[in-house]
Amino acid sequence: MQPTQRRLLFIGIVALGLAWTLFSADKKGNSTAGLIPAPQAGFLAPDFTLETLEGESITLSDLRGKAVLLNFWATWCPPCRAEMPAFQQAYADYADQDFVIVAVNAIQQDNLAAINEFQAEFGLSFPIVLDNDANVSRAYQVRSLPTSFFIDKKGVISEVVIGGPIAEALIRSRIEELIK
Amino acid sequence: MLPVIQIGPLSLQAPGLFLLISLWVGITLAEKNAKNYKLSADQLSNLILIALVSGVVGARIGYIARFPEAFASAPRNIVSLNPGLLDITGGIAAAIIAAMIYGQRKELLFWDTLDTLLPFFGMLAIGMALSNFASGNAFGMETDLPWAVDLWNTKRHPSQIYEIFAALVTLNVLYPPKRIAQSPAGSAFITFVAITAGYRLFLEAFRGDSTLIFGSIRSAQVIALIVLALALWGLEKIKMQAKAE
Repeated sequence: MQPTQRRLLFIGIVALGLAWTLFSADKKGNSTAGLIPAPQAGFLAPDFTLETLEGESITLSDLRGKAVLLNFWATWCPPCRAEMPAFQQAYADYADQDFVIVAVNAIQQDNLAAINEFQAEFGLSFPIVLDNDANVSRAYQVRSLPTSFFIDKKGVISEVVIGGPIAEALIRSRIEELIK
Repeated sequence: MLPVIQIGPLSLQAPGLFLLISLWVGITLAEKNAKNYKLSADQLSNLILIALVSGVVGARIGYIARFPEAFASAPRNIVSLNPGLLDITGGIAAAIIAAMIYGQRKELLFWDTLDTLLPFFGMLAIGMALSNFASGNAFGMETDLPWAVDLWNTKRHPSQIYEIFAALVTLNVLYPPKRIAQSPAGSAFITFVAITAGYRLFLEAFRGDSTLIFGSIRSAQVIALIVLALALWGLEKIKMQAKAE
């Protein structure tokens, strides 16, 4: 191919690329997934209402305006045990800065006595809710424990962490980003 | 979507696993490719290893620099194995700097080395696409096309599969290399960059998670267009230089 032909071809390719960029611009807002509920980063966190150990109801959508760490756990799960002290420490440090932890217990694979003992052992002060019929675990497609969802103040999931234990520095850095 | 591979009590993180396997295959192919460019396979694998280790260290230092308070409360986490505590920009910068220093010390030819590393970069692109497929990231926008996939109760473009296919075709076209003697040094690598930028520019249009600028323009397409233009300009330049020589 002659140099002039090649240059024309290259200019043509770039012009085509520019035309495609403009043609495929997202005028309809197709790439904003934040309004659809799904257990994935970039999507609205699926809403739920569950009861705490004390019998109070917690609805996720009522927590809008706060950064939320939604943690699925069970007492028999070693990484869940390992990450709880870091969660408690972060909760104690950030609870007054629009941050809350909601610990969803997979009660179908656990028991109430063990949960109470666990809460006392680690001195957990954040709410623990019971997923009695596992509907919330299903809605969040929890495949292994622990699984954690960082949710921003608008209720949109910013990150999903499958497995654990999560490093304390990771919890703190994610919270700092979410409460900005 | 396959974020976790469950083998008995063991939960394997599929996105990371796919990326690691792709890196390993990429290193093996690059070492094999070394003899095509008359480079030392040992030096090449050392270069990759140094870049990877420096990249991880740089990524961690970058993350600590961004969130010093988080590490002040948990200093042991500086050496945590948690992959979430990495800053990608810092990692890439550290990997490039370390590779450049090693390359200069060993007097590796810049463009020949990049040409030799082409299968490594090609496998990296495949690995990233597979990783996105496993994690559900880089998902497609809604569509009613017959090949749409059902993702979170919505029919969507299988954007990760498009990306895997494009990365596979790109590597298959450029590797193993043809007519090395007739091609100026660097042409294989720059062609790879141009094709990769080209398919990213095209496929980004089907993504459902694009970051938008100026209201509706997908930022990834703008970056890909700039990279494509620079790669084509570079290709023209090295061809003209080779002709002049």
